[in-house]
Amino acid sequence: MELKPIHERCSGCRACELACSLANFREMNPAKSALGIEGRFPAPGDYRIHLCDQCGACAEACPEDAISLESEAYLIDPDLCTGCLNCVDACPHGVMFVHPGSETPIKCTLCWACAEICPRDAIVMEGGA
Amino acid sequence: MLFGYAGNILEVDLNTGQVNKTPLPEDLARDYIGGRGFVAKLLWDKIGRGTDPFDPENLLIIATGPLSGHLVPASGKTHFGTKSPATGGYADASMGGHFGPALKYAGYDILILKGRAPEPSFLVIEDENVELRSAEACWGQGAITVEEDLKKELGESFQIITIGPAGENLVRFACISHDFGRQAGRTGVGAVMGSKNLKAVAVRGTGGLPVFDVDGLFEKSKEAYKKVRAKPGFAGWTPEGTAGITNWVNEVGAFPTRNFQTSFFPGYKDINGQAVLERIKITDKGCFCCPTPCGKYGKTATQLGTAHVEGPEYESIALLGGACVLGTIEEVAYANYLCDELGLDTISAGAVAAWAMECFEKGILTEQQIGRKIGFGDLESLAYLLEKTAAREGIGDLLAEGVMRASARVGKGSEAFAIHVKGLEWSGYESRNAPGMMLAYMTADVGAHHNRAWALGHDVAGSAASVHDLISAGGRGGRLAKASVSGKAGRVIELQHIRPLFDCLGICRLQYMELGFEGENYEALFYLVTGRKMNWDELLKVSERIWHLTRAFSVREVAGFGRSADYPPPRFFTEPVPDGPNQGHYLTREELDILLDEYYKARGWDENGIPTSETLKRVGLGHVALELAGAK
Repeated sequence: MELKPIHERCSGCRACELACSLANFREMNPAKSALGIEGRFPAPGDYRIHLCDQCGACAEACPEDAISLESEAYLIDPDLCTGCLNCVDACPHGVMFVHPGSETPIKCTLCWACAEICPRDAIVMEGGA
Repeated sequence: MLFGYAGNILEVDLNTGQVNKTPLPEDLARDYIGGRGFVAKLLWDKIGRGTDPFDPENLLIIATGPLSGHLVPASGKTHFGTKSPATGGYADASMGGHFGPALKYAGYDILILKGRAPEPSFLVIEDENVELRSAEACWGQGAITVEEDLKKELGESFQIITIGPAGENLVRFACISHDFGRQAGRTGVGAVMGSKNLKAVAVRGTGGLPVFDVDGLFEKSKEAYKKVRAKPGFAGWTPEGTAGITNWVNEVGAFPTRNFQTSFFPGYKDINGQAVLERIKITDKGCFCCPTPCGKYGKTATQLGTAHVEGPEYESIALLGGACVLGTIEEVAYANYLCDELGLDTISAGAVAAWAMECFEKGILTEQQIGRKIGFGDLESLAYLLEKTAAREGIGDLLAEGVMRASARVGKGSEAFAIHVKGLEWSGYESRNAPGMMLAYMTADVGAHHNRAWALGHDVAGSAASVHDLISAGGRGGRLAKASVSGKAGRVIELQHIRPLFDCLGICRLQYMELGFEGENYEALFYLVTGRKMNWDELLKVSERIWHLTRAFSVREVAGFGRSADYPPPRFFTEPVPDGPNQGHYLTREELDILLDEYYKARGWDENGIPTSETLKRVGLGHVALELAGAK
């Protein structure tokens, strides 16, 4: 299973970002979400959804082996993470996020909260379970 | 702990750049909730009596509500308040988008701007860091251009408000712009920002908001989004957004056409919601956490050029399209773009241009005075007037004053068709056969604006669960019928409490008003966010208190304010509608007096429309009663 963006449906409301921070941190804080919505205005005048596709580039870049595949998602072990941010640089989609309140980068856990809340069905789960 | 709120007020003295951060007072949150309530209370307390709107001592207050920035349907609303350069009285303007939530994540519920920067400046707020920077390089540029440039300079994640040349040049109906198409449009808030030498404010925050019951709220929010999606209006109303009402307003004969000469526009199907969808739209564009995005972002091409633009939404269609008689949605969208870039409120700008066109048609303003021939239905005429107005060049210097002041200066009977109340131009509903809506316009605290009490549905159908239900029922069967002007005050007052309540909570009213998403949902969400148990009626009591306070503010600040400020222009009580569904209808002056008498009585105001001391005390405004009594 993976999350798929359908950019054309996105209306930029960012409810997904809040759902992500609530599901993963129990916080109302979009700066602590593991996805990003980009508005491209005035031209071309649309939105782009930036999502983790669990490609594993972060795990490959991690010198501490702090990121590993569990079930279908790459997860960070905060006890092993040293905050070097190599994974942030290595992420091809720009969806490893840094927050000033956390040494560990913020990464998608494939919890599905974003897809569940999206009122536009612009983020969907795809692939067999 | 004030759950829901960021917990702080940020005050910036633009004279010196000095920044003052203070805790949000608990009694302010308790008694006024947020947004519009904060604006009303702070304006009353902090603005010195008789302050000129363009004096540096006037304040520009930007206030969020307790639900702003939370995972609650459509929690992106921000309120802007000031002493209005259009009316001289109480002013607030509501804006969607993402700015308010960002302000809260940075740690502030309210931003108070006072003084005047010594040079053109913009303000950057990033959590604790607040910095005033030079805006010399972008002074004079368009509002959209500056937002695009600042996003490139500061980063895409900053949320930005800007003014265009109209704000810099103190056009009395200049707006504040945000997110490439959202505006705090009305009452001239952009001109006050310009008078402070402030071109833009950019904000980014990384903090979270305190929530009373975070798990309970998350579950309830998921349920709320599902409930909104299940409403028939979700699929029926959302695709066209507010533009979708254009057909219905024409069918019931309330569309402001040819400077409100008439109320039906034969070519409305070329400028309706369907036309936006088929000929303009690229994407739906929603405000923060909005499940029903009414914004339609697109691209238009006309003989004057091409442009990306958000909209046109209904009000812009009504005033730029109907009032100025533009024949195609492409032309309306282009005029909309010009207003957005120049920083003009599309409603007032359309009404002002339409007034000028009628003055020219009647020979009251000449080609020599205007600088060229102008006419209804001509995009080039409209573009000329908009550009001159924003620059205050030539005829634009007169038009920049708005129709009340311009018609007083020009005279020759032009006051009769200067369509405003209190100095604020009329928005998109012609009301000569809609006494409830007429009363709503007459008594709206900011002037002739529809958003305090959209009573037109009540005039047409008696009642309807939602605007979507009303439109679905069709307009032709429900033609306006002026059965009686009596008995309208109750519904208007009820609406004047309901709709502004959303402006206090910091969320959009459209899910409630247009889709019928019920009030009890908001009671529950309010409790889970703030921990305060208040039922719908208790929340409306706060809204009532604020209504009396905003009236008191205008009584205090506007010389001779009272009943005389509550009448529409003579066109509406002397000229029958010439054609269309409401041909022959108008309200007489005597009928307007019945509307006002019943309204004042129901409000607890005296026959001159001044809140009585007893009424003010009853709603917890004893201090206001004392101050008003002392001023007499």
